[in-house]
Amino acid sequence: MIFDLPLSYLGLQLLIGLQNGAFYALLSLGLAVIFGMLNVINFAHGAQYMMGAFLTWMLLDWVGVSYWWSLLLVPLALGAFGILIERALLRWLYDLDHLYGLLLTFGLVLIIEGVFVESFGASGLPYNKPDLLAGAQRIPLGALTGNEKDVMMMPVYRLWIIGVSLAICLATWFGIEKTRLGSYLRAATENPMLVRAFGINVPVMIMLTYAFGTALAGFTGVLAAGLQAVTPHMGANLIIVVFAVVVIGGMGSIMGSVLTGFALGLVEAFVRIAYPEASNIVIFVIMIVVLLVRPAGLFGREA
Amino acid sequence: MSLFDGGYTIRRFALSPRRLALWILTAAVLASLPFVVYPVFLMKAMCFMLFACAFNLMLGFAGLLSFGHAAFFGTASYVVAHALKVWGLTPELAVALSVLAAAFLGLLFGLVAIRRQGIYFAMITLALSQMIFFFALQAPFTGGEDGIQGVTRQPLFGVIDISNNLTLYFVVLVVFLFGLFVVYRTVHSPFGQILKAIRESEPRAISLGYRVDHYKLTAFVISAALSGLAGGTKALIVQVASLTDIGWQMSGEVILMTLLGGMGTVFGPAVGAVVVVTLQNYLNAFGSLVSIVIGVIFVICVLLFRRGIVGEIQARIGR
Repeated sequence: MIFDLPLSYLGLQLLIGLQNGAFYALLSLGLAVIFGMLNVINFAHGAQYMMGAFLTWMLLDWVGVSYWWSLLLVPLALGAFGILIERALLRWLYDLDHLYGLLLTFGLVLIIEGVFVESFGASGLPYNKPDLLAGAQRIPLGALTGNEKDVMMMPVYRLWIIGVSLAICLATWFGIEKTRLGSYLRAATENPMLVRAFGINVPVMIMLTYAFGTALAGFTGVLAAGLQAVTPHMGANLIIVVFAVVVIGGMGSIMGSVLTGFALGLVEAFVRIAYPEASNIVIFVIMIVVLLVRPAGLFGREA
Repeated sequence: MSLFDGGYTIRRFALSPRRLALWILTAAVLASLPFVVYPVFLMKAMCFMLFACAFNLMLGFAGLLSFGHAAFFGTASYVVAHALKVWGLTPELAVALSVLAAAFLGLLFGLVAIRRQGIYFAMITLALSQMIFFFALQAPFTGGEDGIQGVTRQPLFGVIDISNNLTLYFVVLVVFLFGLFVVYRTVHSPFGQILKAIRESEPRAISLGYRVDHYKLTAFVISAALSGLAGGTKALIVQVASLTDIGWQMSGEVILMTLLGGMGTVFGPAVGAVVVVTLQNYLNAFGSLVSIVIGVIFVICVLLFRRGIVGEIQARIGR
């Protein structure tokens, strides 16, 4: 017993915290990758996450395509959507102040959310996750508490989210830090002109980077569909928290965003246990403290 | 290319006969307008015009994109609603209190946010304002989802009855003109010139010996206070303070007004505000269509129309 709360409750809250952290990590990872290459803060990231969730719902409800196929198809569809946006809109802004990218993608949020509210209404749509991931895992706690009756029910779906997010984050880190393509990407982030002079097609790389970022948002959306009701506004509030996560972590490193994301999810969970009223704002408070102490962010480089 | 094309020069104010005629004409139009157009709509429009001009002090003249100005606007409207309804203050005291509250909030935001520039500044202000939003949602005295409704318009100074919309129109007109005058004076002052210098090149301003952070912070506080004046007055007009005034969508709307009207022009944002408010008034019947239309205008402005309406006119006339 800690804070006079049963261990099973604490364990569940920490699991939820880790799972929220997984979402923060995946989304801030996408933002960081896009920002590194395009110098655009993708405000539409939340809307693209929402589109991913809706697409998952549509695939099952309208066509009968299973969750497992959605995990593959939805990111591909969102990636294609990302290519469209980058080619049609974003690429005209690369020579301008970075703020215009933020404003353009903000406009996209209003359009996308408006279209979805218009078509589906603002209330939530339920999604039936596959049986394999439904239910809860029974974990005996007798060894820890000395009471044989103490058990903890771990929802399988949340465990799945944590596991698969970790895998995706590690794969992205590996792809960017350890592969040849990743080294081109990092080089182009530092000095696109020089990389171009070596005969590498930088505009295509930029396009694919944005597509990868939106695909990542879409993938996170698939994961979210099985967890909560799918609504047009599910991305907007989340993305603002993710912005704070990004400010706290600094967009300097891939690992930095992932670690910050998971850590903040855990911190939020602790606060929810100790003082539930503050759980909505704790990440913003941490952001203020970090800015006062270390303005560049925990993993950021001084610009 | 920087965020802004071209500079801005100080012009002397001279009252030629032509100017005088223009002023008289303007006064006549302002005085007769409420007999033609619904006064509440006009008053709301004036609040948003002031809000946009106040916001533009930051974006247009200091080059700082705040994505959290709804916090000042909304907080002020909650303060006015609370002060009128619960404390029973007179309107002028309530509005003065709301301006103080917004200025204080601006000081706190500024102290944190000016530690980063550009895109981070935008994200930080957005996150801070979201914190205020959650506070307004959860605090016991803000009425949660309902907001504070049924605010009565107490007599101004305890004597002037403003429950009549027409009377209130002229009161709001005075507040509005005062607010615009403050914006105008701020821009056309040595302080405003230094802000522009910081906008064009912060390192240069620092090397000239200006304490850049102080200037940015002062601009933030002035902008927040005037946004508060706009928000507080709006609560007095519509007799409601609600979450719409304080949410991130409102921060986005004021950016659009400024962008559409022309950032970097003194009164362009007011023109943008009129367009956006009129649009919302007509499109509100069609539900979420407003959001789509505003989003489309946003995208078009950013891609093709970065100087905005007034900026474009100024460029065409070639002043």
